[in-house]
Amino acid sequence: MNASTPSEPTSRRAFLRHGARLLGMTALGALGGALAGRSRSEGWVWQIDPAKCLHCGNCATECVLEQSAVKCVHAFALCGYCNLCTGYFEPEPNALTTAAENQLCPTGAIQRTFIEDPYYEYTIDEELCIGCAKCVEGCSRFGNGSLFLQIRHDRCVNCNECAIARTCPGDAFRRVPASRPYLLKTSHAQ
Amino acid sequence: MVSTLCLFALGGESPAEQRFPPPDFTETGHQLPVTTTPPPRALWVHYLDVAVLAGALALALWLIYKKRSRRGLFWLSIFSVAWFGFWKKGCVCAIGAPQNVAYALFHPEYAVPLTVVAFFALPLIVALFAGRAFCAAVCPHGALQDLVLVKPVKVPAWLEHALGVLPFVFLGFGLSFAATGSGFPVCRYDPIVPIFRLNGPSLMVALGVLTLLLGLWVGRPYCRFACPYGALLRLAALVSRWRVRVTPDSCTQCRLCENACPFGAMREPSPGVASPPFVRGDRRRLAALLGLLPVLVAAGALIGHRLGPAVAKLDPTVALAERFLQQQQSPVDHGLMTPEALSLQRAERDPKGLLQAAAEMRGRFVLACALFGGWVGLVLGVKLVSLSVHVRRADFEPDRGACFACARCFRSCPQELVRLGLMPAAEAPRPASEPQAVNA
Repeated sequence: MNASTPSEPTSRRAFLRHGARLLGMTALGALGGALAGRSRSEGWVWQIDPAKCLHCGNCATECVLEQSAVKCVHAFALCGYCNLCTGYFEPEPNALTTAAENQLCPTGAIQRTFIEDPYYEYTIDEELCIGCAKCVEGCSRFGNGSLFLQIRHDRCVNCNECAIARTCPGDAFRRVPASRPYLLKTSHAQ
Repeated sequence: MVSTLCLFALGGESPAEQRFPPPDFTETGHQLPVTTTPPPRALWVHYLDVAVLAGALALALWLIYKKRSRRGLFWLSIFSVAWFGFWKKGCVCAIGAPQNVAYALFHPEYAVPLTVVAFFALPLIVALFAGRAFCAAVCPHGALQDLVLVKPVKVPAWLEHALGVLPFVFLGFGLSFAATGSGFPVCRYDPIVPIFRLNGPSLMVALGVLTLLLGLWVGRPYCRFACPYGALLRLAALVSRWRVRVTPDSCTQCRLCENACPFGAMREPSPGVASPPFVRGDRRRLAALLGLLPVLVAAGALIGHRLGPAVAKLDPTVALAERFLQQQQSPVDHGLMTPEALSLQRAERDPKGLLQAAAEMRGRFVLACALFGGWVGLVLGVKLVSLSVHVRRADFEPDRGACFACARCFRSCPQELVRLGLMPAAEAPRPASEPQAVNA
């Protein structure tokens, strides 16, 4: 190699290489400086704005993960605890029981628990939920809208370009700061 | 009971309405459960990743330069595949990071996380000083392909040169689209990450499996012929301060290392100074190619500019606007509540806003395509120029840019075997005082 030993005079090639390396370091430094002013240690994460979600069902199929990182969550404070829950039951159920043929959820991910007459509590089993939004549609159309979709950050891998966001018909996906990673429904004022 | 009655009182479709008042549970005193919010990865986990990256880079450098140990790099590869690959599911990764940097430079509202900046800069700084140690065993993509390589075949030089342009093209593709905010194509078309996640879009999973199958015979196909970050590292490694050398002391030109590199990075000593007529012809060709360079750039930019509107249809907003305009001319029934119908409804609510957003997006795509086209022209031109520039080499040595520092060639050198005490010094080929006749 040229100029590998110090006794040799610096060749033209080695000189150019030296200059290019300095240039590269300067460019990296300048880039780092420009970004450091704006960069934050805290990152951004994707989230669904429930006010814009159209419950289309894309979340179940478009996520890069085999089991979508989007799940249904329940704002219990908004729930009417209805006996005939339109998020839980098929449009015309045979009976208001937990029998599979009455349920709207394709995976049986909603648990129905009796609290007191005539109130029932509905909780989501996230292991089973696929994020298809069938219950969200039922609850929003005929009920209080207490069931809604959210990206669960224990599952989301936070892709640079969210695959569901690309196909979301409602344009409901946006980046939110990692310190406030959820857009929960808390009141009907939203 | 209550709810059945209430159903009759239903209004139209207004999700923001409290149709059924929440009960107060005076009878049982039932406490409402709290909606859980599992947090994203904590900040310290991100910093741990940066620390692991820095540690792995330092270890790789030590193994390459000090220990000269292929076995050590093998174990480090397994660790990297496990940690950065399967455990982190391929994110955060240096290969996609240049896009984030480009996006952040042109979008002041986007604050690029420090982790991403570190993943972008650390391997580059190392490459500027000591070559592609990151590729050797730290990058999970490279490490996985390195591990599956069982029976290397030699790629013909012409194919190697031709395909070697692709990483630069892919780099330009990723950077121009990220900078204009039109997408992150390097992440979208990454074939290895679906392997780490064990799922993904079927096309990319198929590509990933194909890449690994090909990688059984062709060493590191993604690294050599696609990786955009590898293209950056190659540029940095070309001017590196230190470099990987086959022999620990002096090359005897025994040619034993000639076929040791499975990645086509080994370069043989160049013949002596060519005769003057040859040199004159070469110079003329070089001048012509340098003159061709701006023409290629302009042609590329023009072609890119022309293709822009067609490429823009890949964007969801532009696609929706196109569909909306088409729908107005010849309505198609998309069914009830399908994503297509829902998005068209959204378009109908605010057609002006949508068309405006689509026009802006299309403008960005046209700019991105023009930039990309110009870049492709530049890459092709520079490749042609570089093919007509001759580098003088006295010894067998790995090409600075192409060498992944995998350490496979070390053991092929008899001098190295002598150093390790695996061969008596007397049996090693004697150092040649001058280049052998075969190379003249």
